[in-house]
Amino acid sequence: MALPVSAAASVTKRIMKIRIKFRKYGNLKFIGHLDVQRYFQKAVRRAGIDAAYSTGFSPHQIMSFAAPLGLGLESNGEYMDMEVNSFLGSEETAARLNACGVDGIEVLSVRVLPPDARNAMASVAAAAYTVRFREGREPDFNWKEHLKECEDLLPGIYELKLLLPENALYMLLETGSAGNLKPAAVMEAYLAAHGETLQENALLITREETYLNMGTQENRQLAPLDAIGKLSGPIQAKDGESVHD
Amino acid sequence: MMSKLALSDDILLRVEKPARYIGGEVNAVIKNKAEVDVRIAFCFPDVYEIGMSHLGLQILYDMFNRMEGVWCERVYSPWVDLDAIMRKENIPLFALESQDKILDFDFLAVTLQYEMCYTNILQILDLSHIPLLAKERGEDMPIVIGGGPCTYNPEPIADFFDLFYIGEGETRYGELIALYRQCKQEGAGRKEFLKRAVGIPGIYVPAFYEVSYGEDGTIASFRPAFEGIPATIRKEAEMELSHAPYPLKPIVPFMRATQDRVVLEIMRGCMRGCRFCQAGQIYRPVRERDVDTLKSYALEALKNTGQEEISLSSLSSSDYTKLPELLDFLIEDCSQRHVNISLPSLRIDAFSLDVMSKVQDVKKTSLTFAPEAGSQRLRNVINKGLTEEDILHGSALAFQGGWRRVKLYFMLGLPTETNEDIVKIAELADQIAATFYATVPKEERKGGRVQIVVSTSFFVPKPFTPFQWAPQCTKEEFLEKAYTVRNAIKEQLNQKNIKYNWHEADVSVLEGVLARGDRRISQVLLKVYQKGAFYDAWSEYFNNEKWMEAFAECGIDPGFYTSRERDTEEILPWDFIDCGVTKAFLKKEWERAQREEVTPNCRKECQGCGAARFGGGICYEAHHEDSD
Ligand code: SF4
Repeated sequence: MALPVSAAASVTKRIMKIRIKFRKYGNLKFIGHLDVQRYFQKAVRRAGIDAAYSTGFSPHQIMSFAAPLGLGLESNGEYMDMEVNSFLGSEETAARLNACGVDGIEVLSVRVLPPDARNAMASVAAAAYTVRFREGREPDFNWKEHLKECEDLLPGIYELKLLLPENALYMLLETGSAGNLKPAAVMEAYLAAHGETLQENALLITREETYLNMGTQENRQLAPLDAIGKLSGPIQAKDGESVHD
Repeated sequence: MMSKLALSDDILLRVEKPARYIGGEVNAVIKNKAEVDVRIAFCFPDVYEIGMSHLGLQILYDMFNRMEGVWCERVYSPWVDLDAIMRKENIPLFALESQDKILDFDFLAVTLQYEMCYTNILQILDLSHIPLLAKERGEDMPIVIGGGPCTYNPEPIADFFDLFYIGEGETRYGELIALYRQCKQEGAGRKEFLKRAVGIPGIYVPAFYEVSYGEDGTIASFRPAFEGIPATIRKEAEMELSHAPYPLKPIVPFMRATQDRVVLEIMRGCMRGCRFCQAGQIYRPVRERDVDTLKSYALEALKNTGQEEISLSSLSSSDYTKLPELLDFLIEDCSQRHVNISLPSLRIDAFSLDVMSKVQDVKKTSLTFAPEAGSQRLRNVINKGLTEEDILHGSALAFQGGWRRVKLYFMLGLPTETNEDIVKIAELADQIAATFYATVPKEERKGGRVQIVVSTSFFVPKPFTPFQWAPQCTKEEFLEKAYTVRNAIKEQLNQKNIKYNWHEADVSVLEGVLARGDRRISQVLLKVYQKGAFYDAWSEYFNNEKWMEAFAECGIDPGFYTSRERDTEEILPWDFIDCGVTKAFLKKEWERAQREEVTPNCRKECQGCGAARFGGGICYEAHHEDSD
């Protein structure tokens, strides 16, 4: 039963943070970062998730998205955080979001975060990508041969390797507010070193995972963004202490 | 299931906002083609985010897709960047859901909401690879249908359409589709289908009518070209509004549309009878939707879309009899769900101010009045029942309630308007500012000073209004009037609190031609389109010179359609349409306007306008002396 407005205002709910991992693929690579945010705001309502809202005349959900994904890229490792009053459980939340969702966005997992966790956006330290050339847009030189020299091309390249038989490049790159390296920039630099330029829209890029750093700046210990979260069953809403405002 | 996109990645990554072209939104309808025998491409001839905001489209999309074997998809005008690419690379226009080309469809149904989108209709046809002229279309081409408010004078675009559906879409599409299926089965061709279609009420096939013109350029005769074609077409009206289909799962765009919320149409029609307003005549009689039905629609649509805002739609929401009940429900229920309520423009009084203060931050929102004319005399001419006292009293209440911004809407160039009427616009704005200083004591004014924004548009006479015979001002006259307002505002005591905006005059003149034009205007449209005009509703793309050249090359004087006063005996291009309201009533209203006589609203006293023959709505409700 809904509380009368006055009573509701005097109680603060204890809020939980959850981290949602999702995939963005296919035609939806053409919707932008803001559109994804809008999509989730509405999906959460359709799914009947007990989201926490800000107060005021236009209440909004409290959400944080990890690293924005450029237009045209697909991803198997996107994250967003949101705050909820009660939790339906990891499985149920994911199932509901997918049931009312669209082709092109798939929720992969939902985890409960420890209360002191930094938000998704602030946590991002690195991202992994697979990069392929579109047919007919490969460079003229044998790009697979010289990959070794690549690692030192730009600061922020953590790892780079050839994936066979896919003929794709795996890249682990520094991402986030401290430094943000994009796969296209790496390829541009690589080709430039060989006197070539990257053709327009030459790359097919998939972000595979987004990482946080559990170690230090010098001694990185990268882990997927939701490594700090826990899968969980349903959790009831708990009222916090009564406060007066 | 994800449709294979019609456009390549290369193109989609090159254009602005590719989300306009990919479909696949929440609640978009995908059907199995094997189970579909009639395919409709429903078109709003403007860019995606405008078209997606249109309620009528969502209503008909939902209605068609409820029909078995029918799949209705959407198509919008590609933005100028994609338009250029499609022309260069010869890519045919496609519908969003299936991404199939429009040529594969049975119908292309275009909704016509404003005149300035007419060139975009040609863009749509052209990009679809459908011949622009109906008479040049082959057997296997989609049937091109026009609907919506602009079809109350379809003549300027008659050459481009196979048929028009006059009136509200809920009533006759079922029959039209059944007829289409039958014709297909019998192997009857396009022409035979059209011939039989005119047997369905509301259907107008322009090719079956002949027009001749007199020496003075006016219409000498307008008649069916052969037997069996009805001489007049009566508009269609949905009289069981509460039972008509309503979209409970409206499409939710990925990108932000202009109207990014659930919209509840609470009633159709308006009982006020403002004499400049076409909607107030063509949607007669007033019909309300049942309030309980609306409540359940609201909950259902919010649940199905996840939208965070809901708004009410009608021509005059304050006149909805159950408005307080509906608003109470929305405020109670929606606030619990963290849904914002965006209120339609309500008549400003204690009730509406109370409601508004509950759902909006008064400091951030403005109060809106649409007096339309500055003086009481002219408001009587246009039958706008809003008095100076209403406005000043409403403003005073609002200022006490914390509002600081007032928006005022007026029209310039109304019939009988004098300089004095125009100057009164500035004076009224000044009086509102003065009211602020009189109502709000100095110490409470720190919330920011009062700001009054005056906006004027130029009056364009529309078919099926009492002003359909009135001359429209020329561009020079319009601008002269706007300068008069500007100068008069400068002379007011509180001028620093008043801001003034006015519309472009060129567009208003053209709108006038397209609104009251006849069939000869089709060639001008064709010509101006060939000169590269489209997106004329967008000021950055509107090019008046191109239009003037096109008129000159066609030997057509735009003034013939705008600034000429029409005789009430003249045959008007839209006379063959019966919109429910009789010509005799409009004539009487035109005369009363000239005598500055006010006509009471439908609820107070029926004027016998003719709309009662639809057999329902306000015409059959009890009249109240005190309704104002
Ligand atoms: S018939 Fe009377 S009540 Fe009905 S719309 Fe006309 S004027 Fe109004």
